[in-house]
Amino acid sequence: MGDIKLMKGNEAFAEAAIRAGCDAYFGYPITPQSEVMEYLAYQEPHKRTGMVLLQAESEIAAINMVYGAAGTGKRVMTSSSSPGISLKQEGISYLAGSELPCLILNVMRGGPGLGTIQPSQSDYFQSTKGGGHGDYRMIVLAPASVQEMSDFVKLGFELAFKYRNPVMMLSDGIIGQMMEKVELFPQQPRMTEFDQSWSTTGKTADRERNIITSLDLDPARHERHNQKLQAKYKLMRENEVRFELIDAEDADYLFIAYGSCARICQKSIRLARAKGIKAGLLRPVTLYPFPTEKIGSMADNLKGILTVELSAGQMIEDVRLAVEGRVKVALHNRMGGMVPSPEDVCNALVQSFSIR
Amino acid sequence: MKMEEIISPENLVYTKTSLMTDKPLSFCPGCGHGVIHRIIMEVIDELGIQADTIGVAPVGCSVLAYEFMNIDMQQAAHGRAPAVATGIKRCWPGKFVFTYQGDGDLAAIGTAETIHACNRGENIAIFFVNNGIYGMTGGQMAPTTLPGMRSSTTPYGRDVALMGNPLKMTELVAMLPGTYFVSRHSVHTPLSARRFKKAAKQAFENQKLNKGLSFIEIVSNCNSGWKMTPVESNKWMEANMFPFFPPGDIKVNGELVKKAEKPE
Repeated sequence: MGDIKLMKGNEAFAEAAIRAGCDAYFGYPITPQSEVMEYLAYQEPHKRTGMVLLQAESEIAAINMVYGAAGTGKRVMTSSSSPGISLKQEGISYLAGSELPCLILNVMRGGPGLGTIQPSQSDYFQSTKGGGHGDYRMIVLAPASVQEMSDFVKLGFELAFKYRNPVMMLSDGIIGQMMEKVELFPQQPRMTEFDQSWSTTGKTADRERNIITSLDLDPARHERHNQKLQAKYKLMRENEVRFELIDAEDADYLFIAYGSCARICQKSIRLARAKGIKAGLLRPVTLYPFPTEKIGSMADNLKGILTVELSAGQMIEDVRLAVEGRVKVALHNRMGGMVPSPEDVCNALVQSFSIR
Repeated sequence: MKMEEIISPENLVYTKTSLMTDKPLSFCPGCGHGVIHRIIMEVIDELGIQADTIGVAPVGCSVLAYEFMNIDMQQAAHGRAPAVATGIKRCWPGKFVFTYQGDGDLAAIGTAETIHACNRGENIAIFFVNNGIYGMTGGQMAPTTLPGMRSSTTPYGRDVALMGNPLKMTELVAMLPGTYFVSRHSVHTPLSARRFKKAAKQAFENQKLNKGLSFIEIVSNCNSGWKMTPVESNKWMEANMFPFFPPGDIKVNGELVKKAEKPE
C-alpha cells in the first residue's frame, strides 16, 4: 500500500507527476489550477528526482517548451485551465501532428471568454473533437476523484508513449480544488533511455538524423501522414475505451455523466431508488475514445437516459449518436460555474421522463 | 600540369561539410540563407559536436532548414523556437541547442518568447537572420522593414506614422542581463562570412560556460522580395540596412561594447 494522504486534486496531480518519473513541467499560473505549479515549486522536484520545473512567460510558451522537451523523448507535462488551454491549442495541434507524447491537464472553468473561475465542463467539444486546427484527436481522461487525479498521471503517460500522442486529463474546478483521501503510488524512476528511432537527442554516427516536424509540402505524402494518424486514432478507439458502471444492471433509467457530475449522480441514484425508480450511472472515464458501443448496447433496455453536464449540453451529442434514436436522451445542465444538487438531478430525471 | 596531378589532397582548398545534406537548397539564387546554413554546419562539424547538437527550425524561409542540416532538428510553430529550445535545453543541459529564425518569426510573432528566453539567460544560441521582409509568404512588411522601404503590404513604402518604426531586437536583447554574447554580422563578402563564422563558433563554445544566451543577428539580403538582382541587393543592403543595423559586437562576455564598430 502506498502513502495515504488528504490532498487537493491539483496537489495530488502534482505529487503524482513527481512520482510518475516526469522529467519536466512547464506551466503558467491560472485559477483554478495554480496549486499544481505551487506544489511542485514547494517540493523542489529537482532535488527529489531531478525533474525540471519552469514557469513560462505564457501558456503558449509553456506548451512549446513541452513540445521541445517531448521531442527529445522525455516525459513532460503542462497544466492550465480553460482560457489558458485555448492558448495552448496551436501547440497541441503541432504535438499531435508531430506525434509527440505528453500529458496536459485542463482544470475546466466557465466560459466563454474569461468567463468565471468557477467549475465547468464546457471544454468537452474542444478536448474531444480536436480543439486546434487539423484532423487530430487525443486520448481524454476524465478524473472524478482526487484519487484519479493521481492515478491518471501514470496512466496518461503510459498511453501518451504507447501511441506517441498528447493525452489530456479533463478535470474541473471541483475535482481540482476539493480535498479527499488519496493513496499515492510509489516513486517510479525517471527514464534513462530514449527511443532513438524518433527522438532528437543529437545525431550519432550509427543512425540517420531525426526530425520532429508536422510539415510536409508534398500533398500525397501528407495525405499518407494523415491516414497514419487516423489509423492510430482507430486503434485508440478499439483498445482504450474506459468507463464505470454503477447500479446499471437492472436500471430503467441511466444517468450519463463524467467528472464532478458523475459524483453528484451517485447521490441522485440513491435518491431515485428511494422513490422506487431504478436509476443507474454510466461514467465515461475516457471521453475520447467515447464508450459509444457500450451505451448503444444498453439503449434497448432503457426507458430513458439523462446526461448531466456543466455545459450547454456537449457530451449529450455523443450519447445521442451512440443510441441512434432508440431511447429518449434528455439533458440536465447548469452553466457559468453553477452546479446542480443531487436533488435537482433526481427531479430532472422524474420530470424529463414523466416518471410517476 | 595534368588535371590528375592537380586533384590531390594537398591542393584541396574547399570541401563541403558532411553536415550539409546533398539536397539542393530551396532558397532563391543569391540569397544569404545558404551561406549561413553552411557556416553554422561547418562550425558544428569543426567543434565535433554533431552528436550533441539539436537545432530548431521555425516558420518562414528557414522552415525547411532540417532538409539541409544533417543534424537532429525540431520544427517549431511560428515564433516559438526559443520556447522549444528552452524545453530541449532544460532537459538536456549538456547538449548544444540553437534556433535559426527570421525577422518575422523572431521580432514579430515570437517577440515574447525571444525576450523571455534571453532574459532567463537560457544557455542556447539564437541565429537571427534579418532581411527586413517576410520572404516565404511573398515579401510583406516585417518588423525590421526600413522606413520608406517597399514591400507587398507597404507598396508605397513603410510609413512610420501608420506602421511604426523598425525594431532593433538585437540592441534590445543586449540590454538584458541574461544575454552573454550579442553580435551583428552579414555574410555577403568573404570577410564578413569569416567574421560570422568566428562569432557562430563562439556562440556554441559559450554554451559550455552556462553564462547565458548567445544572440547573433545576420543582416542578409532578400533579392527576390526586394525585387533586385543579388549584386544590387547586397549593395542596397550595405547602403541602407547597415546604417540602421550596423554590424559589430554589441555585447561580449556579458559586457556591453562601448562603441559599436563602424559599418564595413
